[in-house]
Amino acid sequence: MTRTPIFPRWANKLRLVAGLALGGAPIYLTGFVWYGFSPKTTDIGYQPQQPVPYSHALHAGELGIDCRYCHNTVDKASHAAIPATETCMNCHARVWPESEKLALVRESAQSGKSVAWRKVHDLPDYVYFDHSAHVTRGVGCVSCHGRVDRAAVVAQEQPLSMAWCLDCHRAPERHLRPPEAVTQMDWKAPEDPVAYGKKLREAGNINPPTDCSTCHR
Amino acid sequence: MAAVAQPGATTVVQQSAGGNPWAGPPEGENVFGMITQNVSRLTEAKPPRAWYVAFAIALALLTMFGLSLAYLFYTGIGVWGNMVPVAWCFDIVNFVFWVGIGHAGTLISAILYLLRQDWRTAINRAAEAMTIFAVVCAAIFPGIHIGRPWLPYWMFPIPNQMGMWPQFRSPLEWDVFAVGTYATVSLLFWYMGMIPDFATFRDRSTTKIRRIAYGIVAMGWRGSSRQWHRYERAYLLLAALATPLVLSVHSVVSFDFATSQLPGWHTTIFPPYFVAGAIFGGFAMVVTLLVPARQFFGLKYIITLRHIELMTKVILGTGMLVGYAYGMEFFIAWYSGSLYEGFTFINRLFGPYAWAYWTMIFCNVVAPQIFWSRKMRRNVWVAFAVGVIVNVGMWFERFVIIGTSLARDFLPSSWGYYVPTPTDYTTLGGSFGLFFTLFLLFCRYLPTVAMAEVKAIMPEAHVQHGHGGAH
Repeated sequence: MTRTPIFPRWANKLRLVAGLALGGAPIYLTGFVWYGFSPKTTDIGYQPQQPVPYSHALHAGELGIDCRYCHNTVDKASHAAIPATETCMNCHARVWPESEKLALVRESAQSGKSVAWRKVHDLPDYVYFDHSAHVTRGVGCVSCHGRVDRAAVVAQEQPLSMAWCLDCHRAPERHLRPPEAVTQMDWKAPEDPVAYGKKLREAGNINPPTDCSTCHR
Repeated sequence: MAAVAQPGATTVVQQSAGGNPWAGPPEGENVFGMITQNVSRLTEAKPPRAWYVAFAIALALLTMFGLSLAYLFYTGIGVWGNMVPVAWCFDIVNFVFWVGIGHAGTLISAILYLLRQDWRTAINRAAEAMTIFAVVCAAIFPGIHIGRPWLPYWMFPIPNQMGMWPQFRSPLEWDVFAVGTYATVSLLFWYMGMIPDFATFRDRSTTKIRRIAYGIVAMGWRGSSRQWHRYERAYLLLAALATPLVLSVHSVVSFDFATSQLPGWHTTIFPPYFVAGAIFGGFAMVVTLLVPARQFFGLKYIITLRHIELMTKVILGTGMLVGYAYGMEFFIAWYSGSLYEGFTFINRLFGPYAWAYWTMIFCNVVAPQIFWSRKMRRNVWVAFAVGVIVNVGMWFERFVIIGTSLARDFLPSSWGYYVPTPTDYTTLGGSFGLFFTLFLLFCRYLPTVAMAEVKAIMPEAHVQHGHGGAH
């Protein structure tokens, strides 16, 4: 029985394409979730414009103000405080008292209403992160926040994903330093950093837990 | 023309009386042609009124399912009656029920094929379809049971930003792989089996849409002997691959319970007991689906009384296996000397859920006994009724195992009583809507019977045998 073919000749090529698409779909989906859902893709580089053009590069870098001068609760509480306007005014009552850029700060000092700073490093609400637990054991600010002392506008440098937390919790020695050096942005280990970190880990008996309930309570 | 009175094949019947074309046998220039005509006409002609009625009911139930799920997703798991200590109930009962249903399909298509039980050809396609649709229904329940329906991909070992993997030591994770493998192999088996029949539909098609649609799914099948040779090889290989699945899937499902320490779950007999129950329930569902299908969609001439009878025999046999397992559980509960085991089983008999237990015993152990009578085995409506009863019973079996064991465990202070909510019922009922909708669409658009396989086992296909010079 001869009949005209249903499909034109080029349909043969389509068969290959369809096969590839069908076989490739699961691989593509896996890759899509792996890469696309990762905070490495979605969160790194988040750099919101702040209401006041505050420069960490100037204050922490050039002027060398210690992180804890403003973020004064970082080694005492789970939350690293955003400084009160009064902290700004400690200096800016005299330094650049007329500056245009500081208008909002002065306004806030007068009205008592906070400046609406925008949060850069925002963990999900189901994660209980404790700054003091990390800072007092010698995890440097730079490990998570990057070279803030060089940033005119702070951006998120690390993914803050669960796998990223776990990487360090499983092998903390790569990020340990003497607790007095935590705010020192350009700190270098005196020897091989991992070997040095291991010593610190042993001396401080630092064994970060990896149970679910450590962070998800 | 050779006589066609051959068991498992077709029987000679009179022309239809009255105007209903579905009441009589289809026309065909010879017996092979009649088979083709019989299977194809449901997809080619306007389907019988019974199809529309059934489809409307199924669609209504499916809508109810959709609404129940929407309500669940919008409000949360609290719309169900699940509450500690009964944290698993209808969701998991329905899952086990639907996974179990599928087993008959795999048994018929794989094991009976390897055992050369030729009668399977009349029913294997529908049973395989039923398997796929049952697995679809089953797969929904773990997905909604986890409470966050947007995260079921966590069940699969996909690399992710959380550095988190499924717990490979958990039987719940083994379940994901067992059911996943099962669904994949069953789907391949089903689809591959349909290719020659799709080609038949393609070649018979009169409209362009049909020609293109069936042309695509027929994948260029021309029926050459080389194609047939490879097809038979592949079919054999797939059958061999699928055979262990008949035993493995429900064994793994039973591990979800057997590996726990709860009295009533912690039982070594579970894997074979679950498998027997699954085949039992699966065959009951095949009978439930095929009796109306053969009656209303004119398939009587292919799915004969002999097929119904053979299936009722399987139901009787597996039903007694299940009954034996029920008895053995009691024996072990006594023989173990464990206070808690003993209590659990006494509690099943006389506790607050005794009604569920006795329903199960009646449906699964007592009702199938009617099939000792040949007359009853050959009465399609009795077979249908018992099929429905067994399905009810098998659902109750899972409810008894899951619900009643959880409701009363070791500590009387933590006992509870589970009461399903209306949403529980509408979700259960709705899942049948999904199942029947899929099955009815299957009857309408896909080859309901494996035409090529049926033809291959007919006497006409074996010219060298039995015709004694009739040609």
